[in-house]
Amino acid sequence: MSSLPVARLSADTASSAPSAPPARRHRGARLRSWHDAALRRFLLSWPFPLAVLLLWYLAAAWEWLPPQILPPPAMVAATFADLVRSGELPDNLWISLWRVLAGFMAGASGGLALGVLMGLSPRARDYLYPSFRMVAQVPSIGWLPLLMMLVGIGEALKIILIAKAAFVPVALNTYQGLRNVPTRFIDVARVYRFTRWQLLARVVLPAALPQVWNGIRYGLTHAWLALVAVELLASSEGLGFMIVYGRQLYQLDVVLAAVVVVGAVGYVLDKLLALVEQRLLRWRQDTH
Amino acid sequence: MSILRKLPKLPVTDLRGVVLPLAFLALWYGLTALQLVNTKLIVPPGAVVAAAWQVIGSGQLLAGLQASLARDLAGFVAGSGAGILFGLLLGVSPWARRLAGPTFHTLKQISLFAWLPLLSTWLGTGDAAKILFIALSAFYPVALNTFEGVRGVTQAQLEVAHVLGFSRRQRAWRLVLPAAAPQIAIGLHLALLYAWLATIGAEYLLGSSGHGIGSVVIRGKAAFNVELIIVGMLLIGVVGMALNRAASLVEARLLHWRGPGR
Repeated sequence: MSSLPVARLSADTASSAPSAPPARRHRGARLRSWHDAALRRFLLSWPFPLAVLLLWYLAAAWEWLPPQILPPPAMVAATFADLVRSGELPDNLWISLWRVLAGFMAGASGGLALGVLMGLSPRARDYLYPSFRMVAQVPSIGWLPLLMMLVGIGEALKIILIAKAAFVPVALNTYQGLRNVPTRFIDVARVYRFTRWQLLARVVLPAALPQVWNGIRYGLTHAWLALVAVELLASSEGLGFMIVYGRQLYQLDVVLAAVVVVGAVGYVLDKLLALVEQRLLRWRQDTH
Repeated sequence: MSILRKLPKLPVTDLRGVVLPLAFLALWYGLTALQLVNTKLIVPPGAVVAAAWQVIGSGQLLAGLQASLARDLAGFVAGSGAGILFGLLLGVSPWARRLAGPTFHTLKQISLFAWLPLLSTWLGTGDAAKILFIALSAFYPVALNTFEGVRGVTQAQLEVAHVLGFSRRQRAWRLVLPAAAPQIAIGLHLALLYAWLATIGAEYLLGSSGHGIGSVVIRGKAAFNVELIIVGMLLIGVVGMALNRAASLVEARLLHWRGPGR
């Protein structure tokens, strides 16, 4: 069971939290030292990537590798600008984003529904959970060839596969989040004579929310992963297709530009959800 | 209220879980037997069993499976080894954390499969690219969880070690590693699953050459052999499940000193 990504912290929450300033200094000094620390952290994050960039530049300039295999950084930047200007990159990005959003919405809402059902009704769980596990165990990409046969390589294939990738972590974390609501919360609610509905809306769901949200974050990450995979294998548009296409023509500058965009979108999606999480779960800090 | 009760573990003999799969099988059988669907696309269950019997008998599938597992294991060992080292380094050294941490956290956002075309350009479509890709897929979860495990060592624990006069080495072996072990185990477990996913993905994408269960499936697709695809998928799922089960068992055994409940 613990196989699947259940409520695992991602390190960026840990790393991006500012280190706690020493408490006893007065406010101005504390603020200043926090600024200094943040600035230092920011500056120190640059030497390493810059060194890599320099190495890349030198490797390309002295042609350690042929330029078809390792294009110089400037060329990648120029290609990137070209692709943006010609509209090729924005168009493909848009298609990929649309797919991931549609698939994620479908998968996450299905996952939420199944997770809530299994979490609240033991009978539903007994019937559904073993089958759910079986489906979850086959990696999304394992389904690809079969789905390609059944629904072709059209838009439906991508949406189904992305939905499946988002569905599993959302359902699993919702289910477990509901199951793990501490009994004492429910005891307290009993003492207050909450109705069933109140219990659900005011105790159970809020208590399960952090883990449910975790599932949603994982769902989106998996959806993006699945999108790239499916576009690499079966698509004629989208970021993944740009990568395959560039690779086939040995235009590594196109490939690298697309890879950068794939990384950037993944980063932004994750950060967005982290921001929402901070807002959604703000009440927790007050109660702790 | 139903969720009040601590839910009991589902006993193995509970047959209710089998109802849905059986219903699905019956539906599948019924549809194909009555010719309600195109049986070229939706092949009857009997044909799948026959195909399984035949490919397993011919040894084609098992040879592919063996090749895949060897690749999977090689990548997993390389990737998780590097991941543990890197995670420890990040966790222990503030300098490493400041210098390499942000780059690491940024790079891990790049969807795994996007690396595959790049790797295959640089290293060809042979085993080198595949194994490096699998190693990469195992590296991230292990490095991340090792890092978090090491960071999870509390100040109080460090102070105790200080009071007891631990040397640097003792601190590493007797405090930091054991304290981080559960989290490292989680990372390894995840890595095992990701590595299997990556193995299949790499074989799909670079599959036309070389052996492997993924290549068998992809060739089945090219030949419009739906039976073979289903057999291959089932096998991929079974192997994934077995890896998962094995990892859980090892984890439970190695970490039993933690005792029940954290």
